[in-house]
Amino acid sequence: MTNEVIKELVSGPLPSATFDESGEWLTIQIDAAQWKQLATLLYNAPYHFDYLFCLTCVDWKTHFTTVYHLTSTCHRQAIVVKAKVDRNDPQIETVSDIWKTADFHEREVFDLFGVRFINHSDLRRLILTEDFEGYPLRKDFEDPVNMIKL
Amino acid sequence: MYTETQIVNNSDDELVVNVGPQHPATHGVLHLVITLQGETIKKVEPHLGYIHRSIEKMCESLTYRQFIYATSRMDYLSAHINNHACALTVEKGLQIEVPQRAQYIRVIMDELTRIASHELWWGAMAMDLGAFTPFFYAFREREMITEIMEETCGARLTMNYMVPGGVMTDLHPDFQKKVKAFIQLFRSKIDEYDELVTGNIIFQNRMKGVGYLSKEDAISYGCTGAVARASGVSCDIRKLYPYDVYDKVAFDEILETEGDSFARYMIRMREMKESIKMIEQLIDNIPEGDYQAKTKAVLKLPKGDFYTRVETARGELGVYIVSEGATTPYRIKFRSPGFSNLSALDQMARGGKLGDLMATMGTLDLVIPDIDR
Amino acid sequence: MYSLHAITNSVQNWLNARLSSTWVLIIESLIVIVLAIALFAALGLILVWLERKVAAHMQIRLGPNRLGPAGIFQTSADTLKLILKEGLTPDGADKFLFNFAPFVVMIVAMLLLAPIAFANGFQIWNINIGVLYISAISSLSVIGILIAGWASNNKYSLLGAMRSGAQIVSYELSAGLSILTIVVLTGSLQMTDIVQAQQNGWWIFKGHIPVIIAFIIFIIAATAETNRAPFDLAEAESELTAGFHTEYSGMKFALFFLAEYINIFIVCAIGATLFLGGWMPFHMGNWTQFNHVMDFIPSSIWFFGKTFFLIFLIMWFRWTFPRLRVDQLLNLEWKYLLPVSLFNLLLVTLIAIMNWHF
Repeated sequence: MTNEVIKELVSGPLPSATFDESGEWLTIQIDAAQWKQLATLLYNAPYHFDYLFCLTCVDWKTHFTTVYHLTSTCHRQAIVVKAKVDRNDPQIETVSDIWKTADFHEREVFDLFGVRFINHSDLRRLILTEDFEGYPLRKDFEDPVNMIKL
Repeated sequence: MYTETQIVNNSDDELVVNVGPQHPATHGVLHLVITLQGETIKKVEPHLGYIHRSIEKMCESLTYRQFIYATSRMDYLSAHINNHACALTVEKGLQIEVPQRAQYIRVIMDELTRIASHELWWGAMAMDLGAFTPFFYAFREREMITEIMEETCGARLTMNYMVPGGVMTDLHPDFQKKVKAFIQLFRSKIDEYDELVTGNIIFQNRMKGVGYLSKEDAISYGCTGAVARASGVSCDIRKLYPYDVYDKVAFDEILETEGDSFARYMIRMREMKESIKMIEQLIDNIPEGDYQAKTKAVLKLPKGDFYTRVETARGELGVYIVSEGATTPYRIKFRSPGFSNLSALDQMARGGKLGDLMATMGTLDLVIPDIDR
Repeated sequence: MYSLHAITNSVQNWLNARLSSTWVLIIESLIVIVLAIALFAALGLILVWLERKVAAHMQIRLGPNRLGPAGIFQTSADTLKLILKEGLTPDGADKFLFNFAPFVVMIVAMLLLAPIAFANGFQIWNINIGVLYISAISSLSVIGILIAGWASNNKYSLLGAMRSGAQIVSYELSAGLSILTIVVLTGSLQMTDIVQAQQNGWWIFKGHIPVIIAFIIFIIAATAETNRAPFDLAEAESELTAGFHTEYSGMKFALFFLAEYINIFIVCAIGATLFLGGWMPFHMGNWTQFNHVMDFIPSSIWFFGKTFFLIFLIMWFRWTFPRLRVDQLLNLEWKYLLPVSLFNLLLVTLIAIMNWHF
């Protein structure tokens, strides 16, 4: 299965998706609202990206991108999906019902970035305490006590 | 967290027990809230973060040479392999050609680390099941590896030996001799381990059919390493996406299909033997030459994102660097193997007995700093 | 020939000659109390030290080696530390029961000492239902453990106590049945009679395979009854931190600890008495010369030698085997040990009736 095939598959239902092949793997850039549709598409046959091996988020100061690294255990093809999330009201559809590993990873992203995952069954802070204020991995996070400016 | 009213309002025959953060079986500060009905487990809910140091945030203000040292403190039992992953990512970004000698040394060191890590796991897991003696046996052999490490790297646990472009110093002159001596001894000791623990009928009864994880669940939960391979998922990064000289050595990817704790146990035991095989192939053939490529004093990764996957002793470690072209990474994400493996614990432990939870947790080989980062 | 029997007799005669029988009884009771407490203290210190040494040598370590020769005073120092420590009582605990429980366990262990024959004629109470007395009293110790677990108001303690309850109650059956095999062969419940019956050979040699089976079952059941690994589910360090005595500290914890070791000593003493001839020297049929040499070894040494051999065996188990799971533990008892010991008892009865034993 080549990148061309995936591109064709994705650009059918999601014409606004853009592709980037400069990296190691094919990167699909989409908007947060389209993510669930794309996730379902990628998970299902015949492409069957059944293995979400990394889920994270990057703070670009103007917006967030949630980054999903997917691979398929049968085709051994890896792709990256980057979904643009609004920084003022960060929310994106959960995929924990598709890939169970997303459950913990989304909680971690929620904990450290404050991105809310819609329909997540148990969206609580995972690593930090319940009463922690702020989201430490955001670029504008300030902690005068524990952080040392280099 | 459970409030007091929630605990009281539970139906009468359910008992909520906190296992950890201080508990002999969690090997660190993991906190599990388990719901019991009698001795049967209804639910396991991990609470993390007791050793969270936000290494990812720290790395954002460290240069590409510095941040590698922070990663030794994540999965401290496979510090070498963490360093290796970081070095590979930086090399991928800068397109540095690593000298052959350095590649050989790296792989040998990785495999020695893997054996050391599995040894500690073996001892600790036997201790989880109530057998104390194996722990000391395991440490006896592990000590030899840490001594070899100490001679070459100057450290026993957090080696910080891998740097972008190769390894930090050349091997100690005695290295090959000592590694060979270790291998010869270790072969007989592995049989001793099997005699003491693997063949024990109580041990087998405690492990077989316990903590079952199906192949579909293993994939869905993103399990890697021995946990996934015990369920029949082929996921050995060394085999699938070889890095450094892993494509030059002959070794088998160990797979089992039972998916229970005993399968996970057997995978790690057999992996130790595979690691020995690998070291034996490499140890006599380390090519002469530089141990480090010439690199610039200040490293600047080009704009873009770089992802490396390596196989640590616990599973797949992913290092994701987003670079803006500066001397420090813009964002780093460590996809730790323990984090995903732990998320499957609830699925595995449900319906088992309290003792099964310890057996299952033991075979997950959790290292808490690796999960919390 | 030097023997403890002579000493006890001379003390008895000396007292009888001077005092009324009531006073003799009172003074003798006092002597027994002092001796029993001294034995307890000595056994506790020696057994804990022994366990640490045995464990250390199995684990390629040295064990205690700083305080006194081979670290023999280490346990005394530990005891001193425990005495000086504050005995905390948790807020939510049932104060009376919490403080009472260690003493229940301890008293039971002390009571069990009564019918044991330490040497020829050296016995606190030669009760005619000795074996019955032992099985009756030993089942009381579970009450102490249940009280401790319940009164601590701790979930680990409660789980540990419940496990312990299930475990001790079940394993008592096999222990009792294997003891019964010897009672059937001897035809008496009295300890002295049982020892005397082994004059010309210990039961484990005389009783064919059924007695060996009974002996093995007894050792397994004894390990389980004393909550020792691989049956240490009540404590189960890696599961329940410390099980029923999680909340205990200081001397109250030490009492549980001491009681565990005293119980080991007692079950091993019983095992030695029933199966290995107690204080009876090793005799071989009609080798008069050999038997005579054996008789020269004092009976107390025979007794303690056999007991400590069994204690070593039980320590060996602990440092070798992993722990069983709670359902496997009960399976082992109800599905395997109990039917086997019932059938075994039947066989032994047949042997006794037909007089097939040597």
